[in-house]
Amino acid sequence: MPGSNRSAAGSASGRAGVTPPALTPRSVARLRPSRLSVRAGRRLWLLIFLGPATALFAAFVTYPILSALAFSFYRWEGIGRRGFAGLHNFVRLFATYPYSQLLGNAFWHNVLVFIVTMLVQNGIALALALLLARGAWGTKVYRVIFFLPVTLSLIIVGFLWALFLNPIFGIVNKLLTSAGLAFLARPWLGDSQTALLTLTLINAWRWIGFPTIVFLAGINAVPDEYLEAARLDGAGEWQVTRHVIFPLLAPAVTIIVLLTFIGSFNWFELPYVVQGVSGGPNRSTDVLSLLFYRMAFGEVDTGLQDIGIGSAIAVLMFILLVAVSAIGAVLLRRREVELA
Amino acid sequence: MTTTRLPWKVAVQVILLANAVLVLAPMALMGLSAFKSTREIFQNPFGIPTVWRFENFARVWVEARFALYFRNSVVVTLASIVVILVFGAMAGYALGRFRFSGNDLLYLYFLSGLMLPIRLGIIPLFILMRNLNLLDTHWALILTYAASGLPSAVFILTGFFRALPTDLDSAARIDGAGEWLIFRRVMLPLVRPALVIAAIYNLIPIWNDFFFPLVFIQSDRLKTLPLGMTTFFGQYYTDWALLFAGLTLAAVPVILLYVMLSQHFIRGLTAGAVKG
Repeated sequence: MPGSNRSAAGSASGRAGVTPPALTPRSVARLRPSRLSVRAGRRLWLLIFLGPATALFAAFVTYPILSALAFSFYRWEGIGRRGFAGLHNFVRLFATYPYSQLLGNAFWHNVLVFIVTMLVQNGIALALALLLARGAWGTKVYRVIFFLPVTLSLIIVGFLWALFLNPIFGIVNKLLTSAGLAFLARPWLGDSQTALLTLTLINAWRWIGFPTIVFLAGINAVPDEYLEAARLDGAGEWQVTRHVIFPLLAPAVTIIVLLTFIGSFNWFELPYVVQGVSGGPNRSTDVLSLLFYRMAFGEVDTGLQDIGIGSAIAVLMFILLVAVSAIGAVLLRRREVELA
Repeated sequence: MTTTRLPWKVAVQVILLANAVLVLAPMALMGLSAFKSTREIFQNPFGIPTVWRFENFARVWVEARFALYFRNSVVVTLASIVVILVFGAMAGYALGRFRFSGNDLLYLYFLSGLMLPIRLGIIPLFILMRNLNLLDTHWALILTYAASGLPSAVFILTGFFRALPTDLDSAARIDGAGEWLIFRRVMLPLVRPALVIAAIYNLIPIWNDFFFPLVFIQSDRLKTLPLGMTTFFGQYYTDWALLFAGLTLAAVPVILLYVMLSQHFIRGLTAGAVKG
């Protein structure tokens, strides 16, 4: 907090920072008047108030993102930028081995993660929210419990489940074996058939509280009169849910679909810490962010680094995310207007 | 709500309870395993520890350098949050309370940052930090977090400042109070709830961030907790007792904070996705 002003303001108003000040004429008069006249200093004050945030944001967010777009049109040797290359990087990315294969493989995995997360995580979250909204016993406690993993670092979550899923010593296979389901026990994360799905479910375990809370807030925002009116007209519970709650939940659903899409296509931490930067085994958990990271900073085992390709991937992801965000924002606005 | 039959209520409780167990059991197991020996974890994974080995935590704290990683995480997170709140509040105040040409445009400019995935700019950001000689320093992290956290703070605070009655600053201004005093002593205390939301919205993602330390930090003594944990897991991968102790130690502060402030956390982290 800006403490530099504390001495100038004097001890009397120094206490005003603790409780909201009562704005009696006396307390305002106690504030020391500034030497700059309000009108003359206006421009200067705007500069002082807006300057730091604007400069910081421009230098460390806007500039890097715009440069990243520009970088994709240049030739690169290591980390050194060479001549203008037009669309050459994009052509290489889409049409040459191994880039086009890697891109397709990673993109497909992002799509799978999105679909599975939508069906499993958000489907269960919607069911939980509907149950919680019915005023079950302990709703407040359940809310807090369900949201808890959302605050945990994905590094903790990833490592924890990697230990639980260890093929030999992990508890998951031990539980399956002791339940007489030994035939199901397998190296969940080490088998390229199951690795991506397992990883997606770990991710769902961490995130599920988030859509639950958003859906719950959406359901609770439905006016009671609507529900009462429907019930008076003889609608059953399912009909109320289907024809009153679901349509009014459209904005919440739009937000969750949008955030799930952004999350699925930015997926990085979990595959990185659990499966490594190459998205093993056999690239079965490779996703766009991992591929982008390897192209930008080099792959450990092959040493392959290609900033031109990396920048082209960044541009593709950028276009995808911005386009979907924009569509989502438009849908959201339209649905909110319909409600009003 | 409506009168519901008892069997239905029981069924609802069973489902909710099952999900609560699914959330809590892995964490309880993590906490219990942290007190066992590696041998005991393998032989008796679900039982209560026969001997409670607090020394696991001591070893993680000192030997595995968790004390250091914690301190780095605290320094980087707090510094970033302070910058975000101070600069964000100043900008939000100007955008919310002053009319000037370009106000809307500047507001939209900041808002665009809510959508832009800053990670995609990591290559230019890396080169920029290298040119500024900030690679492998905490400054690289603080500047990146502060800049990428500003849009959310500006968005949340501008809205709050706008909603305050206009008489407030006019009265103070007529009495001759300077702009900075009006901002600091009159307006800022009134938007404290917004400051809390903006702080929590950014606090957890920054504390948990792994991507930027991975790119910017090389020296072990500068690593934040998430990055330090990957080093730790690489070094001690056979010593499960230590691994569980490390995971527990890393999770406990956030869990405690969450339990104390759960309503603020839920509201802060879902800000933007939930209205009101």
